[in-house]
Amino acid sequence: MNGMHQLNRNGVVIDDTFAEAFGMRATAIIITAPTLKWARQAAITMTGYATSVIGCGCEAAIDRDLPASKTPDGRPGCRVMIFAMGTDELQKQLKNRLGQCVLTSPGSACFADLEGTAPLDLGNALRYFGDGWQISKKFGGKHYWRVPVMDGEFLCEATTGLTKLAVGGGNLLLLAADNAKALRAAERAVAAIEKVPGAIMPFPGGIVRSGSKVGGKYKGMMASTNDAFAPTLRGVVNSALTPEVNAVLEIVIDGETDDAVTAAMRAGLKAVIELGPKRGAVRISAGNYGGKLGKFHYHLKDLLP
Amino acid sequence: MKALTFSLLAEPEERLDLSALTHSGLAGLTDMQIKKLRIGTTRNPASVGDIFKVTGNNPQSIIFEGGSARFDKIGTGLSSGAIRVIGNVGLEAGRKMSGGSLLVDGSAGDHAGSGMVDGRLEIKGNAGDYLGAPLAGEITGMEGGLLIVRGRAGNYAGERLRRGIIAILKGCGDYAGYRMIAGSIVVAGRVGAMPGYLMKRGSLFLDRRPENLAPTFVDCGETDIAFSGVFDRFLIHEKIMDKPLLGPRPGKFGGDVAVSGKGEILFRRGR
Repeated sequence: MNGMHQLNRNGVVIDDTFAEAFGMRATAIIITAPTLKWARQAAITMTGYATSVIGCGCEAAIDRDLPASKTPDGRPGCRVMIFAMGTDELQKQLKNRLGQCVLTSPGSACFADLEGTAPLDLGNALRYFGDGWQISKKFGGKHYWRVPVMDGEFLCEATTGLTKLAVGGGNLLLLAADNAKALRAAERAVAAIEKVPGAIMPFPGGIVRSGSKVGGKYKGMMASTNDAFAPTLRGVVNSALTPEVNAVLEIVIDGETDDAVTAAMRAGLKAVIELGPKRGAVRISAGNYGGKLGKFHYHLKDLLP
Repeated sequence: MKALTFSLLAEPEERLDLSALTHSGLAGLTDMQIKKLRIGTTRNPASVGDIFKVTGNNPQSIIFEGGSARFDKIGTGLSSGAIRVIGNVGLEAGRKMSGGSLLVDGSAGDHAGSGMVDGRLEIKGNAGDYLGAPLAGEITGMEGGLLIVRGRAGNYAGERLRRGIIAILKGCGDYAGYRMIAGSIVVAGRVGAMPGYLMKRGSLFLDRRPENLAPTFVDCGETDIAFSGVFDRFLIHEKIMDKPLLGPRPGKFGGDVAVSGKGEILFRRGR
């Protein structure tokens, strides 16, 4: 077990290690529709292919569903968060995804949901689709664009806010005896973290099975398989896995703030520990790069229930 | 600090130009200097001390105890602070306001809110003709801000409105939104003849189907738009309305097609 000092909670071994995360740029919007189903459809489409900045340009997911009483237009909706490494890339991703996935979705409307240090264009970037029939409305300190479309109007706030305080890359590695147990533990963690406001898990269902290390043997590879945690390579590489571990899944967390990532990791840890080693993970670890790349370090021992 | 209060001693015998009695106009003046300000408009003009008893010392909060239809140009150029008039006012109340708030407990004369750029002007009574409209020779009317008339407004309300919101809660006269350029006019209650006549852009929001429309407005049918919900919520949140104005599926007329035809009249259906 590579000599790492360990703790134990409810029979689950906790590595004395930390998740290493990075400062990111982020924004948040609210998407509404006539029903929650269609608000989620627009949001899911918009946040598709947005698992990692490495290949997707951004990381995005639904933060939480919102009842009609909590949205600007009194219809059901959801809050979506998008993260990128730079402001320009974030604006580009926001504009393209809004235009192709939300504008196009039946009955959708889009509103800002982040008071940030700078504005990012929403409706300001899409209004020209109205071909001169778009209507600008300013009231209540907000600016809206109304763009005529085939089912009525696409209502979209002109801008949303940008935060530079976002954090990307919080993570938990869940080590289990088999795939089913690893998945059960990961699903418990995802369900718990979904309740934390301001934190998203951008990978499929919130779970990553292809954790990575920096670089690789092939030229140009920014990341390659995390061989130390790949059970089929145990024995042929410098493995981090003990004999009883046969499956590892990772939860990656992006947060609006450092506090949001902390709360999300704490919630995930608690859920997996409560599940216990017989039904879920026997051990919890976290990914880092030695602490030299990322500004934010989340030590597991500080987050235990 | 206590609100700077101008208590009316008697009904003025001449029209008064009260444009100087704002925060910026009074800043740095002593009590004596304020009392000597000339506000009359005749050959022998009255000064503040002739018309008002002046108390208090905070020009950010100005109160006029007592009003008159001869109180012209009150709150002219107001950029910050609050003015309240317990009574009526005359012509051009809130002229060229750019911030702050002006509350008139009574009624206002013609051209209230003319040239307004920002801020909030609320008239609890009625307003005269040309609400938010330009003066002779001016190209555009109100260019921003929120203008609320709790009573009725006269003719030509919102003429050549370019930006901002005018809300009239007990109906208005003829030619509301005449030659509108943009912006929004809300009218609850009966609207007179030819609303939106020659409007290029902008919106008229009505709580009932308009009568006496110009023939150059086109019926666009029923609309199912999220905007009506957002705008209704805004009106209720700002305490302008106590119930939704447009409702979920307002009707729409497009026009005036005699000009560019990109304006709209949205109205609550079923009334």
